[in-house]
Amino acid sequence: MKAISLDGIMAPFAEGHTVMDCALAANIPIPHLCYLPRCVPHGSCRLCTVKIDGRFASACTQPAMEGQHVEIDTEELRQLRLSLLRMLFVEGNHYCPSCEKSGSCRLQKAAYDEGMLDLHYRPWYPKREMDASHPDILIDRDRCIFCELCVKASRDVDGKNIFGISGRGTDTRLVVNSKSGLLADTDISAQDRAVEVCPVGAILVKGLGFEIPIGKRLYD
Amino acid sequence: MASAAEHADLLIERMGSNPLQVLIAIQKAFNHVPGDAICRIASALDLPLSRILGDVEFYGFLSREPLGVYSVLMSDSITDWMLGSRELFLRLCGNLGVSPGVTRSDGLATVGKTSCTGMCDQGPALLVNGIAVANLTGDRIDAISRLMEKKIPLVAWPDEYFHVESNIRRRGWLFQDWEGAIFEGEALLQEMTDAGLRGRGGAGFPTAKKWASCRDAPGSERYVVCNADEGEPGTFKDRVLLQHCAGRLFEGMALCARIVRAKKGFLYVRGEYRYLEAHLENLLAARRDTDFEIELHWGAGAYICGEESALLESIEGKRGIPRVRPPFPVTHGLHGMPTVVDNVETFCAASAIAAGGGREFRSLGTAGSHGTKLLSVSGDCSRPGIYEYPFGVSVDQILEDCGAGNALAVQVGGAAGTCLDASEFGRKVCFEDLPTSGSVMVFDRTRNMQEAALNFSRFFARESCGFCTPCRVGTEILAQTMERISEGRGTGEDIFEIGNLGNILKASHCGLGQSAARAVRDMLKKFPEHFEGTVK
Repeated sequence: MKAISLDGIMAPFAEGHTVMDCALAANIPIPHLCYLPRCVPHGSCRLCTVKIDGRFASACTQPAMEGQHVEIDTEELRQLRLSLLRMLFVEGNHYCPSCEKSGSCRLQKAAYDEGMLDLHYRPWYPKREMDASHPDILIDRDRCIFCELCVKASRDVDGKNIFGISGRGTDTRLVVNSKSGLLADTDISAQDRAVEVCPVGAILVKGLGFEIPIGKRLYD
Repeated sequence: MASAAEHADLLIERMGSNPLQVLIAIQKAFNHVPGDAICRIASALDLPLSRILGDVEFYGFLSREPLGVYSVLMSDSITDWMLGSRELFLRLCGNLGVSPGVTRSDGLATVGKTSCTGMCDQGPALLVNGIAVANLTGDRIDAISRLMEKKIPLVAWPDEYFHVESNIRRRGWLFQDWEGAIFEGEALLQEMTDAGLRGRGGAGFPTAKKWASCRDAPGSERYVVCNADEGEPGTFKDRVLLQHCAGRLFEGMALCARIVRAKKGFLYVRGEYRYLEAHLENLLAARRDTDFEIELHWGAGAYICGEESALLESIEGKRGIPRVRPPFPVTHGLHGMPTVVDNVETFCAASAIAAGGGREFRSLGTAGSHGTKLLSVSGDCSRPGIYEYPFGVSVDQILEDCGAGNALAVQVGGAAGTCLDASEFGRKVCFEDLPTSGSVMVFDRTRNMQEAALNFSRFFARESCGFCTPCRVGTEILAQTMERISEGRGTGEDIFEIGNLGNILKASHCGLGQSAARAVRDMLKKFPEHFEGTVK
């Protein structure tokens, strides 16, 4: 069987597998946010960046190839991941202490895992539109990290195609497929995979906030 | 007048199903894209609303808010700055009594900025309702302001305002009068291989190999796409080739189409070159090749669409987000089908080889870079314009020929390229040393390279597609850092941070982000004295 080297550990792979697939199968962690198994990867968060034969690549999109030497847990890559996380924090408004996703947030978890203790960059404090129109679901765009998991889940799993990404550069934004642009005018439901899949507190189910006490949440 | 939604119906009937082209036409007719038009296009084409809205909010020349009857975009390239564009911009705003980017209350005008418009050899330049006006002076700005105040339609403005000079300063192998084609099919591929033709966009992939890979890839359809979306600041050779050699270009695309068995081709032209529309449409209408149709596809103000996979997304009517590669376009290109994407200069060179054989081409250039290269020379020189040289020409030679006697620095390859100081002027333009799509910008000894660093960093932040974290956030932090330094508020920490950002940006999804800090870091390293005085 073909194999690649992940930080010196040989991991087997089958045709069509990515570096991320190999790492997951071999139980070698590669931090990631926009990647989700069984969802077509696109490599936007870049948190899973590894170094393959001297070049950066996102593990989730890079096809595994015989003879690859993949670096994951190096000082250079730890610094890179830290910087990327800081960037995600400063471009949005991520106030963990008051966020109801705290403790179950993958961005927060990744930041803890990577030892992020400060923002380093000057925060942007963006003012993005909130959508509280739907009786059961809230969109807080200040916390969106543009992972597009909701876009894919709604389209490919829920079959509703409710979300999309619009804009460019720092004006990139999550939009809703309804004439009004509001979530209330869609057939989304709180049980949709698109809601559950949000790694941060951008898409929240109303009425459940702080239901689980601190200390008992997913990543506590 | 029909409503925008009704107009959209008509346009779809007439222009087909490409949302981006329909949106460009709506923008032209209504000075913006109203919400009802967005809804109508989405439902008529059976696409999600977010796809159409996404386009409007992605492409710089489309707008959801009504713009003025006259929509002016001042070219904001570093070479425009060097020719006084920032002062002229303020003068225009002052004349018209508008704030940048805010439409005048009576709806007469909107004045904003755009990235390089490809008129660097005759700047400063602007676009008015999408049409280029070059050679701007204070007087010309005042005259334009008066024409707008009097509501004189563009067609009644003096012709000279819209005159674009070609400025071909040095002709070589490519600019000969090539006619017909002696070589076709396999023979042409062999001739191109023997000639050593490599892509002229900068990456230098062997062209015959690309065409053969496309031909051999499985697929029910195949496409030939010409990338004429040259947006790299300082490059304008495609503009001149489209003006003078479009026939050769179409011939090159058709020769490729016969090899790969494509029935359909696209010429993707940047929106900044809209003034060439009638010229190109006439030439296309005169083509008599019924087996291979070429369609014009207009860009709409997005540098990133020059990246080949983003360009394909754009032809498919989507936001120009670069695709995950592999797979590459030769196997999975337009609509997932095998596609050849080549640069204007590459198709022109291929058709010239078909006409005259590859022997002369092979004899020109260096061991690894055969043939000639068109260079777009601008900045501080007395003869800016197009120079065709055999590969291997030294920067010194270029400077001598273009009349740049007092050069401090030369930026080769545009904002994404390399900044050279005088000690490096012996370096050569070729794939082995300085690979470039052809932008050469000259800075003389009166210049402060900090200005260029500021300009380039702002450029990348404006043009980042926003898809991946390092580029979306990193280019903006880089630009903010350069702005702080320029305003005298920078610190040593900021200088250090620019180095860090350069490393982080290398993890970007595509070449835009990966090269975004390159020139700025070069400038910091080679001209530290231009920065030291301004940081605390």
